[in-house]
Amino acid sequence: MESKNIGKIYGINGPVIYLKGKTGFKMSEMVYVGEERLVGEVISLDKDMTTIQVYEETSGLKPGEQVEATGAAVSVTLAPGILNNIFDGIERPLESIAESGGAFITRGVSVDSLDTEKLWDTHMMVSEGDIVHGGTIIAEVPETHAILHKCMVPPDVEGTVVRAAEDGQYTIKDTLVVVELNDGSRRELSMTQHWPIRMPRPVHHRYSANEPLVTGQRILDTMFPIAKGGTAAIPGGFGTGKTMTQHQIAKWADADIIIYIGCGERGNEMTQVLEEFSELVDPKTGNPLMDRTTLIANTSNMPVAAREASIYTGLTLAEYYRDMGYDVAIMADSTSRWAEALRELSGRLEEMPAEEGFPAYLASRLSAFYERAGMMQTLNGGTGSVSIIGAVSPQGGDFSEPVTQNTKRFVRCFWGLDKSLAYSRHFPAIHWLTSYSEYLPDLAGWYSDHVSPKFVDYRNRMMTILNQESSLMEIVKLIGGDVLPDDQKLILEIAKVIRLGFLQQNAFHKDDTCVSMEKQFKMMDVILYLYKRARKLVAMGMPMSVLKAEGIFEKVIAIKYDVPNDNLTMLDFYKKDIDEFYDRVMEKNG
Amino acid sequence: MAIEYLGLSSINGPLVVLDGVQEAFFDEIVEFVVDGNIKKMGRIVELNEDKAVIQVFEGTENMSLTNTHTRLSGHPMEVAVSPDMLGRTFNGIGIPIDGLGSLGSADKRDVNGLPLNPVRREYPRNYIRTGISAIDGLTTLIRGQKLPIFSGNGLPHDQLAAQIVKQASLGDNSDEQFAVVFGAMGVKHDVADYFRKAFEESGVSDHVCMFLNMANDPVVERLITPKVALTAAEYLAFECNMHILVILTDMTSFAEAMREVSSSRGEIPSRKGYPGYLYSEFATLYERAGIVEGSNGSVTQLPILTMPNDDITHPIPDLTGYITEGQVVLDRNLHGQSVYPPISILPSLSRLMKDGIGKGYTREDHQDLANQLFSAYAKVGEARNLASVIGEDELSPIDKQYLKFGEEFEKRYVGQGPTENRTIMQTLDLGWELLSLLPKEELDRIDTKLIEIYYPKKENEGA
Repeated sequence: MESKNIGKIYGINGPVIYLKGKTGFKMSEMVYVGEERLVGEVISLDKDMTTIQVYEETSGLKPGEQVEATGAAVSVTLAPGILNNIFDGIERPLESIAESGGAFITRGVSVDSLDTEKLWDTHMMVSEGDIVHGGTIIAEVPETHAILHKCMVPPDVEGTVVRAAEDGQYTIKDTLVVVELNDGSRRELSMTQHWPIRMPRPVHHRYSANEPLVTGQRILDTMFPIAKGGTAAIPGGFGTGKTMTQHQIAKWADADIIIYIGCGERGNEMTQVLEEFSELVDPKTGNPLMDRTTLIANTSNMPVAAREASIYTGLTLAEYYRDMGYDVAIMADSTSRWAEALRELSGRLEEMPAEEGFPAYLASRLSAFYERAGMMQTLNGGTGSVSIIGAVSPQGGDFSEPVTQNTKRFVRCFWGLDKSLAYSRHFPAIHWLTSYSEYLPDLAGWYSDHVSPKFVDYRNRMMTILNQESSLMEIVKLIGGDVLPDDQKLILEIAKVIRLGFLQQNAFHKDDTCVSMEKQFKMMDVILYLYKRARKLVAMGMPMSVLKAEGIFEKVIAIKYDVPNDNLTMLDFYKKDIDEFYDRVMEKNG
Repeated sequence: MAIEYLGLSSINGPLVVLDGVQEAFFDEIVEFVVDGNIKKMGRIVELNEDKAVIQVFEGTENMSLTNTHTRLSGHPMEVAVSPDMLGRTFNGIGIPIDGLGSLGSADKRDVNGLPLNPVRREYPRNYIRTGISAIDGLTTLIRGQKLPIFSGNGLPHDQLAAQIVKQASLGDNSDEQFAVVFGAMGVKHDVADYFRKAFEESGVSDHVCMFLNMANDPVVERLITPKVALTAAEYLAFECNMHILVILTDMTSFAEAMREVSSSRGEIPSRKGYPGYLYSEFATLYERAGIVEGSNGSVTQLPILTMPNDDITHPIPDLTGYITEGQVVLDRNLHGQSVYPPISILPSLSRLMKDGIGKGYTREDHQDLANQLFSAYAKVGEARNLASVIGEDELSPIDKQYLKFGEEFEKRYVGQGPTENRTIMQTLDLGWELLSLLPKEELDRIDTKLIEIYYPKKENEGA
């Protein structure tokens, strides 16, 4: 049984290699290829041909070299040490790779996924005689300042604890618990588990969404919210701010854990995240953001097969923390690169292409990916969630291409980035007319309980104004703005206040970068109050030119900069200002 | 050890197939001798047991199934490197063509390079002053960045690149070692001559290392030229601690060559017939820009590509834009109005700019000012559209002010002389001067405090 299957390389074509004859390999099994022991995965089996994708550069491989099967599917190691770390697409820590191989990533590097020598302070949660099953927490380890790592029984183990270690310091390999399984055999459990990346980790059942993932970004939280356990797509051409939006969410979202997957993107961007997140402080816990973050970096120049795997690696890590009862948010930047990796490999396999050269299974892969998100009851009875926010880089910025279209079918939040907004440096360049969120009705109850019963109504009123603006702009484009009646001019003016003062948000401004729900609501309140009062004036026949001369519109636009986040009572004075403005106009022109 | 194989099994375009090879490895370089005297080089691109598919760099002319001797070199594509490369000219695969003999260096590097580990990258923060307002002010070039120029045929991209080289090299901190690596793929002889002359005139030619693959040189050679150039650049930057500016022109020819070779290999095409791995191939080139921790050098890339039919959504510019850290887009319309450099402001972008400008780098108002100029210029476009429908006379006064601003902005800010070298301060002040054509209330992207400080005061002009 232990004898390992071995095959010989027959052909090589880029990242794909072929083995001739029956090899006895299994689908999705991890293999070591050649003398350099490059990591690979079996992707297709045939009576006389086995196909393997290699996660590293294949130059230098020769036909005839040995391929050795490991007996296990490509999987990740799960144990303390995942957070505050940066991995490549198959969970090899880049820091260790750099220590062993220098600044450039060489091939065939063999490093442990996690530090096996570090001693962790361990607090045991089970004792002899306890009955345990998959998901039972056996020990707790403070992994970082922010996160308590809960070591669990692997999902397939059930039995009685016959020996348990004392509280103390252990490595991730030390045996903590011995369990007598129901069939009488014994199993030693340490902090470490392994899990195949392509298989979702089991849960009890799925809850429906009822709580938003608060991101501190006004256009998201107020206009197009995503639920905890929800899915969202951010499509946009290059330069429209996908990565920037992902960074902002990763920084400020109220998730417990962030898994940031840089899939086929720029190396400098990963460096930036690493630097910035180590310095930035999580407003909730006061710890560095990296304490709750894991980065998966497979930059665009790293091997393409590992790019395909990186998404699943990140997802599995996220599910693991979800099983501990945490809310996890995944940033996948960008799912298009992953789809293109699929296309590239599919082309090498000479599969029949479907739309635009993408393989026909693109849609099913995408749906399987997004369906791994959700708010779940975990095996140990707790509640945890995985939210997925995927960037999409459509070719030529055209949303009708296959990846965007298929993604749209499986996500419930669509944050469409717009080129013309980006060109005029309106950030975040999420367009309010093309974007949508299906979560809004589900979350209405939460908003009503936690922010204000008027919240959803206010939000809808703002959306109405923006929609009115867009139809009025059609007219303005044809005949100019001067000929509009004053009440319509007012709509344009208020819409401008909403666009500049509310939707536009400055990620580099210390107060504006992250805004609490309370401030978001109060800002809406002030803007709509201004609209109400101004409409009254216009109804009495005051021309817009008089209203504009008062400078109140500019003042409301500047709220985002002028009102510090720790002094929201200042917002109440704005209503007084609006009243004064109303009285002044009445006095002068009444 | 060195077995010679006589004859070939098949020849198809730039590809030949050799049967019965022993001990060959993927990506290995092979040497051919045709008719006993013509030497050629090739690269193994596919291996099936003992059958090797080989790309011939110099083209398959004169080769027949019988007259060719093939020898395996035992190593992947390598190029000799040495600090003496500067001032020299090489062909597309790194062989000297300036008649000065070989480099005489035994130091060789694999041209494929290796991916740079993100944890050992240093995030680029130092800006490069190019002396061109539209770039310095709005799409600032950062040391270690990859910033392509998206151009079209007949637009002055070469002139712009030459001006950048000239002015950036004579920047403020000229005590640091600066050099240019120039990689030309499928360029016309005139273009190569233009650059050579430009380098000579600006006095940097002894700091330039040129790799030339001309338009009439073999197509396959083109695939290797940028890799050779970047290998030289990495060597000079990370081992000799120099600041290297790499100019690659024209990336479109590189992509076309890839399509040609891919189709002769019978691969499944994806968009517009380009192979599915176009993105990965581009990425392995562009990602070789950057700064490595612990080295004083840097590789900055300035690739030039001509957009087929001026279409920015064509796969070549599109995929490039997704990899590079911004882009400088040239516009035919502006060129037609004799604006030089005809940089189309709105689609141009520098992603790294935000961390390399502002207080401590350029000036505190730089970012806000740039945002405001972008936003104001976007409004100019709207006003112009409106004017074309209802006529300029019917525009509201504020729209008219925008039109005026747009005109001045294009003429004075974007436009400048081909030898004019502006300082950052001149560029920033010019920006404020132009913004003063607009009323203060329109400046909605700038912190109110900065407006107080920098907005030109009208009363001083004796109103």
